[in-house]
Formats: sequence, C-alpha cells, structure tokens
Amino acid sequence: MLIQQLIFYIFAAIVIGSAVMVVVLNNPVRCALSLVSAFLASAVLWILAYAEFLALVLVLVYVGAVMTLFLFVVMMLNINIVSMKRHFVKYLPFGLITVALLVALMILVIRPEHFNFAHLSGTVNPSVDYSNVERLGRVLYTDYVYAFIIAAILLLVAIVAAIALAHRPPRTRKTQNILKQLLTRPQERVRLHKMPSTPKPNESES
Amino acid sequence: MIPLSHYLIVAAVVFGLSLVGLMLNRKNIILLLMCVELMLLAVNTNFIAFAYYMNDTAGEIFVFFILTVAAAEAAIGLALVVLLFRNRGNIDIDQMNQLKG
Repeated sequence: MLIQQLIFYIFAAIVIGSAVMVVVLNNPVRCALSLVSAFLASAVLWILAYAEFLALVLVLVYVGAVMTLFLFVVMMLNINIVSMKRHFVKYLPFGLITVALLVALMILVIRPEHFNFAHLSGTVNPSVDYSNVERLGRVLYTDYVYAFIIAAILLLVAIVAAIALAHRPPRTRKTQNILKQLLTRPQERVRLHKMPSTPKPNESES
Repeated sequence: MIPLSHYLIVAAVVFGLSLVGLMLNRKNIILLLMCVELMLLAVNTNFIAFAYYMNDTAGEIFVFFILTVAAAEAAIGLALVVLLFRNRGNIDIDQMNQLKG
C-alpha cells in the first residue's frame, strides 16, 4: 500500500509539472514533448486505479498516434516562434486569479472530508485472474454496442474529413502524367541538326 | 490506499492549468489544441477514479468513447490548422479577423 501511494504522488507531481511546462514553454515542440510526458505519467495513475486497458490505449493512441501527429504538424508548419512574453505577462494576473479561484473552489468541494468514498474503496478486489480487458469487453459489446458502432462510424467520418480537408488536388502539386508520358513520340522530344564535324579554318583563328 | 479526493485534486489542478493555458496563449493555435487535450486528460482521470472507487465499469466505457472522439477531433483540428496555414501563411490567433467580428 505504501509503495502504491509513493508511486501515485511521484507521478501526480510529474503530471502537474508537465502541465505547467505545456502552459509556460515557448517552443511548440517542447510543449508537445511535455504533453507526452503528462500522458505517460497519467497512464501510470490509471494503472494504479486498475484501468490497465485504458492506460495502454492512452499510451498507444495518444503518445503513439495523436502526439506524433501534433509533432508532425508543428514541425511541418514553418512557424516563426515569436516571443509571447509581453502578452503572457499582460494577461498572467487575470488568468492566474481566475484559475486559482476555480481550482480552490473545486478543491474545497472535493476534499476528503466532504467527498469521502472510503467506504467504497475496497470494493474492487483484484485477484490474480482479474482481467480488466474482459470486464470492459463484456459490457462494451453488449450494453454499449450501438455506441461502439457509432464510434466506428465517427472514426470513418474523421478519416474522410481529414483527407478531404488536407488533400491537395493534383493541379497544385507535381505529379506524373502517365498518359502524356506514354503518348510521347521521339519526334517531339529529339531534334537532329546537321553540323559540320570540324570547324571551318577561318573560324578557328577567332 | 489512495483516497479518491487525491485523484480528483490532481485532475482539478491539471484542468485549471490547461484553462490558464487557453487564456494566456494568443499566438499559436496548436498550443490551444494541446491545452484542450490536457483538459480531456483531466476529465478522463476523473472518470477512471470514479469507475474504480464506485466499482462501476460505465466510467471506463465513457473514457473509451472520449478517447475515440478526442482522437477524431485532433485529426480534424490538425487538418484545419494545416489548411489555415496553407491559406494564410500563419496560425496567429490575433490575426484571425477576416470575418470582422
């Protein structure tokens, strides 16, 4: 139990520190890498709550796919990193006050005295043959099967939308025109000129 | 045993930090998308914690679908950013005033 608490607090500190770095860093690549570290640390927190499948999905889908896409877009777009210090300092007090009030209010509400689930905390009893994937799949394919199908259709729509938005038509990029290449005849490409093989004697002086 | 409130406090702090990131950042729309992802992470952590402490799988199902929708949202959002950069040459939020709103 003690080792679990130690791991929890260490990785919670990593999550919060990475979130701070995402907000305050200036370079978008470093922000994306901090976000990756936040995702990895919170995957550890999810594993501590016995949500192994979702933690692995977080690592695979988010760190593996979404953040790679973010890094790809950040590095592909040639954004000049202007310093946002002036703007940052200008709006920092307003933002900090608002967010400090919001977070203080939330912590006031959800602190352990008011929001105690201690009587419920022993209900999950992970035995050796406990399988999170099996437990999740049992309800996912029965009770939530329509939502599952709708999620699949949503992913298909997202693929079509992303390709339709970012795909350039062939007239603006450089592609091969196969038909034009096949229909080319040698008479259009090669011209033969008759030339004397040796220079004339009167031109060799000049 | 880790109390439920500690999970909730971590999620609340991460949510507040991503909110301040949304408020402070006016230069780069990709950073806004990253802050939205961080907000979704905080919400998902809440769902996971409640699903564990109340011994209810519905919370994990919610997280599953939120992850799906967030992945689709990130793909379409980044495609829009690429399109915006191709048409305008920058992704500065302060200069998005073409609609004269």
